[in-house]
Amino acid sequence: MIKEWFKSGSPWVWLNAAAVSTSLILVVGLLLLIAARGLGHFWPADIVEYQYLENGQETVVIGEELEESLLPAQQAKENGYQLLNNAEFLEQRLLKVGNRDLTGMDFRWVQTQYIQQQQYPEELVMIERREWGNFYGRLLAVKENGKIVGQGEQAFQAAQDRLEQALDLFEEIEQLQKSEVGAINYGLERLRLKQRSLELKDQWNAQSEQDFALQRAEYDKQYQTLQQQLADLYQKIRRDSLVVKAANGQQMDIALEKVVRILQPNAMSGVEKTLEYGATFIEFVTAEPREANTEGGIFPAIFGTIMMVMLMAVIVTPFGVIAAVYLREYASQGIVTRMIRIAVNNLAGVPSIVYGVFGLGFFVYILGGNIDQLFYPEAAPAPVFGTPGLMWASLTLALLTLPVVIVSTEEGLARIPKSIREGSLALGATKAETLWRTVLPMASPAMMTGLILAVARAAGEVAPLMLVGVVKLAPTLPLDGNFPFLHLDRKFMHLGFHIYDVGFQSPNVEAARPLVYATSLLLVMVIIGLNMFAIKIRNHLREKYRALEG
Amino acid sequence: MTTTTENTLTHSIDIGSLSRAIKTKDEVVDTCLKIEDLNLFYGEKQALHGVNMEIPRKKVTAYIGPSGCGKSTLLRCINRMNDLIDTVNIDGRILLDGEDIYDKSVNVADLRRRVGMVFQKPNPFPKTIYENVAYGLRIQGVNDRRVLDESVEKSLRGAALWDEVKDRLNDNALGMSGGQQQRLVIARAIAIEPEVMLLDEPASALDPISTLKIEELINELKEKYTIVIVTHNMQQAARVSDYTAFMYMGELIEFGETTELFTNPGKKQTEDYITGRYG
Repeated sequence: MIKEWFKSGSPWVWLNAAAVSTSLILVVGLLLLIAARGLGHFWPADIVEYQYLENGQETVVIGEELEESLLPAQQAKENGYQLLNNAEFLEQRLLKVGNRDLTGMDFRWVQTQYIQQQQYPEELVMIERREWGNFYGRLLAVKENGKIVGQGEQAFQAAQDRLEQALDLFEEIEQLQKSEVGAINYGLERLRLKQRSLELKDQWNAQSEQDFALQRAEYDKQYQTLQQQLADLYQKIRRDSLVVKAANGQQMDIALEKVVRILQPNAMSGVEKTLEYGATFIEFVTAEPREANTEGGIFPAIFGTIMMVMLMAVIVTPFGVIAAVYLREYASQGIVTRMIRIAVNNLAGVPSIVYGVFGLGFFVYILGGNIDQLFYPEAAPAPVFGTPGLMWASLTLALLTLPVVIVSTEEGLARIPKSIREGSLALGATKAETLWRTVLPMASPAMMTGLILAVARAAGEVAPLMLVGVVKLAPTLPLDGNFPFLHLDRKFMHLGFHIYDVGFQSPNVEAARPLVYATSLLLVMVIIGLNMFAIKIRNHLREKYRALEG
Repeated sequence: MTTTTENTLTHSIDIGSLSRAIKTKDEVVDTCLKIEDLNLFYGEKQALHGVNMEIPRKKVTAYIGPSGCGKSTLLRCINRMNDLIDTVNIDGRILLDGEDIYDKSVNVADLRRRVGMVFQKPNPFPKTIYENVAYGLRIQGVNDRRVLDESVEKSLRGAALWDEVKDRLNDNALGMSGGQQQRLVIARAIAIEPEVMLLDEPASALDPISTLKIEELINELKEKYTIVIVTHNMQQAARVSDYTAFMYMGELIEFGETTELFTNPGKKQTEDYITGRYG
């Protein structure tokens, strides 16, 4: 019986199916875990208020419950905890209590045994601030120029209305500072560099000095006007403030310009919470990071990742394709070609950090240093390309993914039927014409396959990037409104590095943890998005040149 | 362009033993291609042994013989397709209108424009029908839409395909039937107006009706082109060709007018093959 069963091949089929389903479950589980952990962070959780009695001291604790843990009695005692009523376990809850400016820490473990009373009063507010993290407590009043304009019940509504204005003003200020003032600074810097370059060339004279002074004056004038505008805006935005009371009864003022959002989560319905959740998530994707990357959004990292991958694709595709065409079509298939092919295949196995070291040593220092000497002498001693930046990161990753593109393009070329080539040659086409008009278009799906693999690898790579251009916080995006728009010399942010930075370099571990998951989820989504895009193109090409299957 | 006006009967006797004289009945034969002492080696192995023959202009010449006898190899020598195989060595001459096509000064691409070829399996490019036919002209740098339109229509008519595809010129050629694809490939070859058309078993992958259409087409094409066709099928050779060459083991055994060769073969081997004693 058993022998028959083995002979029939079903165990083999079962084994295969088991392997496939295990892999699938792992992948799906991974995604689900990341999604659950990451996405939960944005949900406006209820705020709990405990009457807490510890060692005869009665306090009030306000915060968001995050997790619970059970510690066996024995262990708890060893760690110096006291247990009331001979309980078997010590039950603890992790609370996000915020108010870092008052208490010095955002998170706190509370022991259930000391909780006297637990309630969810509707008037509790969560105030997300630009500094010091969240505030939890009660909103007492709203002040305008120090005068109270809303109090008690109306305070929350008044605060919401004014917050909207304040946020608009804040955006306006940001816009002015980023683009207008940024443009002026950029212009002044260019003027300075121009002057320096003229001086180096000994062409600096009274005439140009006058010109430059004129231009500078023009910039200064612009700057003065802007300064005035900004001052007005600042005055407007600083008009309002909130009076709040924390859990320990301490009262304080929070300037409205420092506030991102005010919520009363306990009073919100499910629908309102969902809307708020969406808004928070959108902010996470579109806003810039704050507070050492533990708050705010990750837009610059998403932008940097996509930008770098696209640049890499633009660099690696022509190189890889040309190399593959030479290896497959023109090089005589002798020992040398075989050695080259082996070398190319082995390049794919070189640890990525080695590419990073190479990128730093060769691209940044040698290439970049020489470029600076030749083309940017006026900037010295500050480096332009002689320092890690977007271009070198893209080039390094292009080098890293080159083998993948070469190998798959070669395979694609090898799969083009001989009859198609002969058909073209028989019509009087030369080899080059045959390649360009028929073979390469038909091999394009294979090139896309290579590119898909390259993109997947490049987008997930972190180690080499840390050496050649990624930073924790980039002040400007590599793409902006100042000529020449694409600044290849700038440093940039990257989702992979952002995860590492938030997860391991952050001073506030508890606050960072959900962001690690959320950022991971976004990184996966970005990679999936890029791949879907490439796969769509490939399918289109396959449909067009489907002779390969025939 | 040179024209051989002498009587080929005497000439072929001059050349030698193996090629049998073309029975010309004293008519003047205009030679298009002249193969002289052609030997071909795949590495060490010799695939063609001293082939001599003269292929007349605007006639259909068929190569028959068992598989592996070298008839396709010989055909592919005429447009230098064998150059693509690294290990091939050729000596001897092939004269197209008196010029040696293996001469160093000959541009292979130009030669292939003059000697078109259709392969055993239809091999249209994965492009539209229109672009397939226009391919050769585009290679030559013709991009004028009017010229291309005209040529495409003329070529498709020439290949008896126009009426079937005129409404879907911009469809992918791979969506056509096998027989249509083969006629498309012929149209593609006609479009560059070659002098000689080489057909390498053009109907072997097709059904009988498509085969019939191709054969009818060959009959029409010979008014304009010198045609050399390789075929497995002796009936086909008998139906479409004016002259037939029988090859065996890389040697040209017998070459003559088709009617003569089939009714009154001069060699025992030819007779054995035609009567089905081998192959």
